[in-house]
Amino acid sequence: MGAGHAHRLYRHAESPVHRLPPHCKLTAVFCFVLVVVCTPRTALWAFAAYALLLAAVAAAARVPAGFVLRRLVIEVPFVAFAFLMPFVVPGEQIRLLGFLDVSVPGLWDAWNVLAKGTLGVTASVLLAATTELRALLLGLERLKLPPLIVQIASFMIRYGDVVTDEMRRMSVARRSRGFEARGPRHWGVLAKSAGALFIRSYERGERVHLAMLSRGYAGTMPVIDQATASRAQWTAAAALPSAALAVCLLGWAL
Amino acid sequence: MHVPDGFINAPVSVAAGVVAAGAVAVALRGARRELGGTSHAARHGGERAAPLAGLVAAFVFAVQMLNFPVAAGTSGHLLGGALAAILVGPYTGVLVVSVVLLMQAVLFADGGLTALGVNILLMGVVTVVVAYALFRALVKVLPRRRSSVTAASFLAALVSVPAAAAAFTLLYAIGGTTDVPVGTVLAAMVGVHVLIGVGEAVITAATVGAVLAVRPDLVYGARGLTAPLKLRVGGELVDAPAPAPQPAPVRPPRSTRTVWGVGAATAVVLAAFVSFYASTSPDGLERVAADQGIDREVRDHGLAGSPLADYGVAGIDDPRLSVGLAGAIGVAGTIAVGTGVFTVVRRRRDARRQDRGTV
Amino acid sequence: MSSGLGFVPSLDVRGLAYAYPDGHQALFGVDLTVERGERVALLGPNGAGKTTLVLHLNGILTAGAGTVAVAGLPVGREHLAEIRRKVGIVFQDPDDQLFMPTVREDVAFGPAAAGMRGERLERAVRTALERVGMAEFADRPPHHLSFGQRRRVAVATVLVMEPEILVLDEPSSNLDPASRRELADIVRSLDVTVLMVTHDLPYALELCPRAVVLSEGAIAADAPTGKLLADRELMRRHRLELPFGFDPAATPAPPRRPGAR
Repeated sequence: MGAGHAHRLYRHAESPVHRLPPHCKLTAVFCFVLVVVCTPRTALWAFAAYALLLAAVAAAARVPAGFVLRRLVIEVPFVAFAFLMPFVVPGEQIRLLGFLDVSVPGLWDAWNVLAKGTLGVTASVLLAATTELRALLLGLERLKLPPLIVQIASFMIRYGDVVTDEMRRMSVARRSRGFEARGPRHWGVLAKSAGALFIRSYERGERVHLAMLSRGYAGTMPVIDQATASRAQWTAAAALPSAALAVCLLGWAL
Repeated sequence: MHVPDGFINAPVSVAAGVVAAGAVAVALRGARRELGGTSHAARHGGERAAPLAGLVAAFVFAVQMLNFPVAAGTSGHLLGGALAAILVGPYTGVLVVSVVLLMQAVLFADGGLTALGVNILLMGVVTVVVAYALFRALVKVLPRRRSSVTAASFLAALVSVPAAAAAFTLLYAIGGTTDVPVGTVLAAMVGVHVLIGVGEAVITAATVGAVLAVRPDLVYGARGLTAPLKLRVGGELVDAPAPAPQPAPVRPPRSTRTVWGVGAATAVVLAAFVSFYASTSPDGLERVAADQGIDREVRDHGLAGSPLADYGVAGIDDPRLSVGLAGAIGVAGTIAVGTGVFTVVRRRRDARRQDRGTV
Repeated sequence: MSSGLGFVPSLDVRGLAYAYPDGHQALFGVDLTVERGERVALLGPNGAGKTTLVLHLNGILTAGAGTVAVAGLPVGREHLAEIRRKVGIVFQDPDDQLFMPTVREDVAFGPAAAGMRGERLERAVRTALERVGMAEFADRPPHHLSFGQRRRVAVATVLVMEPEILVLDEPSSNLDPASRRELADIVRSLDVTVLMVTHDLPYALELCPRAVVLSEGAIAADAPTGKLLADRELMRRHRLELPFGFDPAATPAPPRRPGAR
């Protein structure tokens, strides 16, 4: 589910969105999604307005529509689920296309889940596309996430590729000896690889710890970079959730 | 099963976030203890939690990409909650899975940002806690052998996945944004996840077994199961005298009882849930078959066009309730018997130890 | 620091013995003195206790018996931070050593942990990276570098601390010949005491005028590298083998640097 590589999501460009400090962006995206989730589902126009807002951000960030759409694939399992809803939700039935009986509340449910989910994924994709990995970690740190969590996350990012490479080498070694996993019969072999991978990862963790101690680590990471934000940057980042909030309030009022 | 934005309403999402944050805070504290204990370097002001948990998180992240082929063209992969709990301990397990979920949400848009709390609660906390509680309970009951650890891993992983699905249904019942009947959601979620759980269980048990065979000392859940030292006396192997009891900083004695209680309660609840629905709803495979047969069922049911109509809509009918109760009673009985056996075994073992002491 | 320190050896190990918690004893009384500015090769078969010895030099392991002193400072709990600054260990696998997200942050880790900040930190990082020729890679993630580049960055991460003694664990392993030579050039250009743990005997001869053999947890020989490698009986006894066709007598030994610094 979490397949894919971090650096593939980031799209390097010079844009006002890229330049915003990471913690401002994280806050903005979170507030935006929260507002979207709170919007009444019958306010169809509000969702259109949200989509336009995100399109504006994407344009400002020079992220092409195709890129965002491709990343939306991650939603697919859940879209399938949404498509079942009109069939399983009880309530008033209508006939679509002359042969398909579906329930009206089910259609609303499907719409609600799809619209909000898609807007959420799009906002997250835009965040990941305009913020470097390192900056995201700094942003999380700035947002007062416990330092240990941020450290673990940054080790995970640093060694994610190393461990994945080890896994790939094991796979090459297996196939070089004529092994091809074709079904549950071969799970034992794959699980042995997974076990070996765990042992290697854990032992590497111990060696990394020694290397850290050797360079003066005493439990806290030294502060090297710090994400800072000016009032103007906060204001710029607040534009998205504020506009969304206005739309949402209108949606409730109308 | 990453829950996206907008599926659970905002108040419940926020509440789940608060609970998840609390759980992670507890896990942070516990993980320091779990990861700090064994190293000779630890006493030199070493804080091992960050690098070790980070590497384990990288491992969980990588192993989720390892494809296990099921049949032509399809494959599954590990969720890793139960595996992490058994290999590195429950606190570190919660922490590591939570960090993986956080990164997936922020970097890959996998799972909604507002649903992060829900996702951590389900996949991080419920999966890990259920798996570990059940695992410990089983390890206590089963004979002290490596194969027991593997068997316990299997059952722990098997139950942990549908347990998370059941927990999802609970959240859905409180704060779901759609009108799908709770019964249907439960049946569908648990049904599908029982299937996933079988795969998870096989892979988890095999992986734990593989680590156990090479580095048993690294399997957190199997600590204290190492074979007693032997001495060669006059050409025959005899048990070495038990070493002085080691200070156990990791697990205060009180917690075994807690874990045991939680495990027992979980087993009862799950059994009730599962048998409750198993009685009328077919298992995952049959469900797929039912999906195939949509056309034929359309006319039979009042709920036209619903492939899931079989799972009932009205909520609870009596026969199912009775079966559910039966399941609960069955498990309670099993636990009672298990506890009895366990107590007898322990008594005998204690007695044997005393005998040895007098020799 | 007073000028009197010039007479204190960079490293002074006396009677060092150590057993792991599981009872396995790895060191049985090691005596080793390395003068300031010397480059010494530490040779020995697998399992001789080389890594165990190295982990004592910066206090990751503490001596069961005997003492270790770095520039006159005994290695112990009270001076741990300063000892770790003075002893720069470059571990064998650069992936273990480079644990931060970018090269620049990795090099900055040590000095920042010691409290350095701001412009001074930036300057120190830049200088260290320039000394190993990696300045233009500062903002790259370590994972995107070649193995040789990663090892050079690993050297920079300890150079930035301006260590009293640089400890290299198998510096030439896994390097292609060009990277191997580049690393040798870097080591030669440095004005620090070097202790090099290696199986690569030609590399030891090329870089280190003096060599010691650690065997079965104790120092078994201590001599000029060329002479030591030419002693067939000694070499055979300690499972040391020269590569096929390599003749230490035909290679000019590096000049001893009399009292560098």
